[in-house]
Parts: sequence; C-alpha cells; structure tokens
Amino acid sequence: MQQRAIALNRFGLGARAAEWERASDPELWLRSQLTEFTKIDDGPTTAEILSDVLLLQRNARQTKRAEDREMFRRRLREHYQAQTLSRYQRAATTDAPFRERLVHFWSNHFAVSADKPPLAAIVGRYEDEVVRPHFLGRFADLLRAALQHPAMIYYLDNQQSIGPRSRAAQLSTRRRSNRPRGLNENLAREVLELHTLGVDGGYDQRDVQALAKMLTGWSTVSVREAERSDAKRLGSFQFRSATHEPGAQRLLGRRYAAPGIAQASNALEDLAVHPATATHLATKLARHFVDDRPDPALVTRLASSYLASSGELRSLYTALIESPEARRAEPKKYKSPHEFVISVHRALAHEPRNPRALTGTLATLGQPAFRPGSPAGWPDTVADWGGADALLKRIEWVGAAGRLVTGPADPRAVAEAALGPTLTMATRRAVERAGSRAQALTLLFASPEFLRR
Amino acid sequence: MTLSRRQWLARFGAATTAFAAAGPGLSLARAPTERRLLVVMLRGAADGLALIPPYGEPTYPGLRGPLALPAPGSAGGIERIDGLFGVHPSAPWLAARFRERTALAVHAVATPYRARSHFDGQDVLESGSAGVAGLRSGWLNRTLVAFAPTTADRAVALATNTPLILQGDAPVLTWSPSRLPEQSEDTLQRLAALYAEDAFLADRLEQALEARSIAGAMEGRGRQQLKPTLRRAARFLQQPDGARIAFVDSGGWDTHANQGSVAGQFARHLTQLDAGLAGFASTLGALWKQTAVLVMTEFGRTVRVNGTRGTDHGTGAVALLVGGSVAGGRVLGDWPGLARANLYEGRDLKPTTDLRALIKTVLLDHLGVAEAATESTVFPASAAVRPLESVFI
Repeated sequence: MQQRAIALNRFGLGARAAEWERASDPELWLRSQLTEFTKIDDGPTTAEILSDVLLLQRNARQTKRAEDREMFRRRLREHYQAQTLSRYQRAATTDAPFRERLVHFWSNHFAVSADKPPLAAIVGRYEDEVVRPHFLGRFADLLRAALQHPAMIYYLDNQQSIGPRSRAAQLSTRRRSNRPRGLNENLAREVLELHTLGVDGGYDQRDVQALAKMLTGWSTVSVREAERSDAKRLGSFQFRSATHEPGAQRLLGRRYAAPGIAQASNALEDLAVHPATATHLATKLARHFVDDRPDPALVTRLASSYLASSGELRSLYTALIESPEARRAEPKKYKSPHEFVISVHRALAHEPRNPRALTGTLATLGQPAFRPGSPAGWPDTVADWGGADALLKRIEWVGAAGRLVTGPADPRAVAEAALGPTLTMATRRAVERAGSRAQALTLLFASPEFLRR
Repeated sequence: MTLSRRQWLARFGAATTAFAAAGPGLSLARAPTERRLLVVMLRGAADGLALIPPYGEPTYPGLRGPLALPAPGSAGGIERIDGLFGVHPSAPWLAARFRERTALAVHAVATPYRARSHFDGQDVLESGSAGVAGLRSGWLNRTLVAFAPTTADRAVALATNTPLILQGDAPVLTWSPSRLPEQSEDTLQRLAALYAEDAFLADRLEQALEARSIAGAMEGRGRQQLKPTLRRAARFLQQPDGARIAFVDSGGWDTHANQGSVAGQFARHLTQLDAGLAGFASTLGALWKQTAVLVMTEFGRTVRVNGTRGTDHGTGAVALLVGGSVAGGRVLGDWPGLARANLYEGRDLKPTTDLRALIKTVLLDHLGVAEAATESTVFPASAAVRPLESVFI
C-alpha cells in the first residue's frame, strides 16, 4: 500500500478514490503510462490563433484606439483562460497522472511566460504542440520542437536576431536604414544555460555567440509576408535564409559548417547528448520527483541511462521509477501551488469549470498558470514554496474549496482516498472531530501529509 | 581626532547610539536598532547607464545611439548631479533627493559574479556568496541572525513566497494582499494543534498569522503593484511590532529590445519605481529620517545598443542609497570610463566597486551590525572587501 501511495501522490498528481485499485501493481501502473501518446485535439492550433491575434495586435498599434487595444487584450484573455481551464481539467481527471506530471515538468523546463504578448494566447497550445508529441521520445526532438515554436521564438526575441554578415544586414547597411539590426543572444544563452548544458556546463561567451549566429533565421512569418503569400501561415515558424549568418561556427570546440537550418539543428543534436546536458536533466528530474537536494548517486545513475540510450527520455523515466531513492517512504517534496491545487481537485473528484476562478486561485497561491515570468521556469524546492504567507493562502483557499464538493462527500472518505496509508492518526482525528464538513476538508488539505508528496 | 562612526563601533562594539539604554546582561551588539532599511531589488539587470547616465562622457551620445538621453538643461533632459553624471528624467523624486543631498549612487558596482546569467547573478547577489552555488540562505536573513533579533528586529518580504535574500534561519514575515476569505479562529487553532509535531509548518503558520494581524490594521486591499507594495512596506516598518527591514522586488528591467530613452520601457519602469519610493517616504513620515533605502540589481547591461534597440546582459551596474542620514548628492565609485580599452570584455562597463562594500557600509553604519559579522556570517570570506567610507553623515 505504501508503494501505491508513492506512485499516486509522488509520481502522479494526487490520488483519486478509484486509483488505488488501478495502481495495485504500482510499477506496472507507472510504466503503462509511458507507452502511449494521445494527441490533444481541443481548440484552435497556434497557427490559427496567431493568424487572428497578430492582426488584432497590429491593428491596435496602428489605430492607437483604446477599443482596439481592448479587443486585442480580450482575445488574449479568452484564449489564455480557455487553455488554462483545459490544462487543469485534464490534470484533475486524467487516468495517466504520471504522464501528465511529466508534460508539466517539460513545459516548465522549456518555459515561456504568458506575461509577454501575444504569448498569453498560445502558452497552452505550446505545451500541447511541443511537449506532448515528444516527451516520450528523444530529447533532441523535444529541444528542436521547442525552439521552432513561435512561443519560444517570440518569448526570447529570436525573430529579431539578424546575422551581422547576413544578406539582410548588408542590405540594410546599403540602404542606410536607420533601423538597427543585429544579433540577439537571448535564445542561445537560455538554450545553453537552461535547456541543455546547465550554467556550469562548460561553455563561455564565445559559445553563446556561436550558437546565436547558428540560430539566426529561426523566425516566424511576419504580418507583411502573410499578406503577400499565405495568410494562414501568419506567426508560424519559418527559416529565413536572408537573416541567417553565413559560414561555419565553432561551438564547444566542434565545427558546424552545414548551411541553413541544418547548422543549428546539428548543434542541437550534439548538445542534447552532451554529458553536461545529461547531468543537468537528471538533476532537475530527480529534484522534481525525489528530493530538493537529490543524491548524487541517483543523478549519476539517471544521467548514465540517458547517455547509454543516446538521449531517449523514456530511459530516464524508467531509471527513475526503478530507483530505490524515489521509493523511500518519507515524503521529501513540498507541493508547489500548482500541484497543490490539482491534488485538491483530484481528491474531491471535482473538475474545474470556472476559468476565472481557476486562474485567480493559481495567481493568489503564488503560481499563476503558464506565467513563471522567466525562461528559467518555476523553481522546485520547499525554500521557494514553503513561505508563511503562501501557507496561509492555501489554508484560506481550501476553506473556500469545500464549496467545490457537489455531492454529499464524507470528509473521512475523501481523506482515505487522498492519502490511503499515509493518513496519520492525528489528521484522521482532526478530520473526524471537525465542526463542519468545510472545516474537516480544510484540516485535511492543510495537513502535513497532504502538503507534501 | 574624531572617530568615524565605524571606528567608534569597532572600538566599543556598540550597535547604536541607543546602547546607553540597554540593560545589564544584554550584549550591546545585540541592542535593537531604531533604524529601518528597505531593500529594493531590480530583477532582470537594470541599465545603470540609463538610470544614472554619464552624460559628461564625450562618447556617451554616440555609444548609446537611440537610447541616449538629452543633455541637462534641454527639454526632458537629464537631471544634473555633477559635471559627469545625472539622473534619468523619469525619476523626479530621486533627482530631488540628489539635490537635497540625501541620495547617492555608486557606479560601476558588481557582485563577485562575472558571467551573464540572470538567475545565477541574482542568486549570488541574494545569497551574498563569493561565487555561484555557494549558499542556500540570503545575506539579509543572516544580517538578522547577526542581530539576534527581538520581535521587532525582523524583516518582511512583500511577497507570497520568500525570496532567496531572506531565506535562512531567522524568522521572516511574508505578506501579500489576499482576496480570499479569512479562516475562522477555531480552524486556525485546530491547524496549529495538527502542526504540533511539524516544526516547519507550525513556525510558518505562526508567522503568517502575525503578519496578518499587522497588515490587518491597514486600510484596503491593494493590488500586487510596485507603488502600493512600497506603501505597505512602509506600514510594516512603522508598526512598533512590525519589522525593521523590508524587501521588495521589482521586475521588468531586462530590456533586450526597444528599451527606449526619455520614454519607453525603461522609463515606464523607472517612473513606477520613483513614484513608489516617493510614496514610501511620505508614508513613513518622521521615520524617514531613520530609514535607508538600498536599490540594487544583479548586474549591468552592455554599453552599446544591440541589434534590437535594447541592451544585453553586462557587468558593471549602478546601486542607489537614499535616506535621511545619507551623505548624498554624489556619485561614488571609481569611474572606469567608456573608452573601448576600459570596457570589461570589450562590451560592459568595467566593475570597479564590489557591491558588497556598499551593503556592508549600510549594515555597519546604518543598522549597527558588528563588523566581524559582516565579514564572516553575512558575507562569508569577504574580509578583503572593505566598506565604503563616509557614506552616512
């Protein structure tokens, strides 16, 4: 039973009543979630959304009218709320919560943030289009997909990065264009620091610049281009050879001479299987699932299995499931607000329905949906989430969350379903002796064992 | 011979002028300070050359191109500090403090960190370590430990989550506005009982309730914006049982594209900060005279403009110190100049002053922290970093 609780609450997103039976063989239950991928097919695609939203944005900029600006913002808000609702509904109801947790992990690893327009309209689709098709495959494919998605390109301004010796730069010098154009290191730096090698991964400023040059031309279809050719492609990824820096580049001592888009793609392939990348990914995964300060032996084991498989992510997950460190009874992880909200919904068998209430809750608890505010994504330790004010906010919210219960749920049954054998005598007693159903649920959800996993 | 305040403190080990009131058995170094400190962190690497522009450098307009600000005296121009430096026109409150000599800037400052990652840069600045991956607690928290705080000698972070700078052993208040209904006293008492065996949660619940009882006396429930947040910070510092030290975050300074000059992205953020500090000072009232405000950022930005009318991650930055007892009206530091040969790695303002030197001065001369503590626990292995001289009156 203890191992079931770990599978459901540490690896999953929080136990639901029916899951204890399904996870009767915990390891098999976890492994079975790594075999299939179901395409998410709800709502418009990034391309469809951008071909509308970018026109609204341009219109608002040109007319400078308040109502046009408001129309643009309203559209962003509508998409953001719809995608947030859809993400948390899936999390609250999925039968494959380990898989879903991994999706959230990777979309945070390749973080973009909804606070930069027009990203609010596509952050959820970014997760569906980049992470879901690739998180069970090769890391190199996931990496490339993230870097070719308009969300990442806009977020780190790569569509504005121009090779200093590219055709576009020369043309603009000849025309004495006063629009300054040049290299922007933003994306390249984050790829090396956050997505692959990690900050101590052994690269320097020259490597950042080399990768930035290789990534010039990784861009999107502009409004003007879309009007000239294909309106449906507005905002979609395209490689622009005119802005691409010509010539070979040297990254980490290796020479990349392929022309065009292949140059950066080749570099990303090598970065994906670099030992520093393996250690970086293994550390983050171990920190997320096992301990804020993961055992170095565990990290080494995960990294080796990743490298042995030439960067297959499934081998990482399998090594993780098999790790004795991950199966220890004592819960080392303090839930983030995101995890906390999802696990409360699952315990109550409640599917969120009100997008404004949902986005408001996540923001109030300190982790607004799809809005980490930085390409580093959300942090992942108790030092970040275990503050006093943050605890009181959770307590206040679960006080109100009792209203989420629609049927005549018995708090004692909810406690059993959520925590199983990890429910302590003290919490059981507190729940039984509570003065009201709402108070019982508050005590359950604010209990030490529910706040951790 | 008159001893400087620091020499005097070093000789007598006293914390503040209030030492005479301290009773027997109470170590003087631990005497509660009447001083207040606000630390504002500009996250994202604020451009020091825009905040305190070196307009007197002949190469300034050329190097800064579209970001260059109009010279002092012209319409919307820089507010002059001296023949070399001025204040960005979007900071009128700050400029007035420079005129009345209660504000100073230290230019070309940097932490020991020499790479260009925001996250590592912020970690180094907040932890106060000499290098990356050093410490897992913050120097402001260790300052409190060095104080051995009484209830009032504590800090508040105006945030839902505790930032690294305040993580550590000393209890810290965190507070941010809430729109949620409050829990009943009965439920909270039951929770406290449930946390009896869990020191971590028990401590946090107690701190949260304390912070709420202080904040509860305040009017209204504000939004999470810089101006109201800074006013709240002032309220915390005012309350007798509130806090001595407040920490406020300000984001949005990572201006890679379209930074702007007189108007634009940078100017908008600076306007917010300036108005916020003005509101902070006026809320404090008479207490402003005992208060210092330290404004800092993780590193500077490139001297030249990049391809997208912005600036990229740099090294040398600017820090500000404002307060009733600051000997201001000046720009301190060893100005390295903007000549190409003098730039760090050919692109950044060369760092010439360790930011910890300024912070140490504030801790020693303003808060009265013992010098030994600043060199060991607060900023480990930093004896070589000497505090700045005559920053306070």
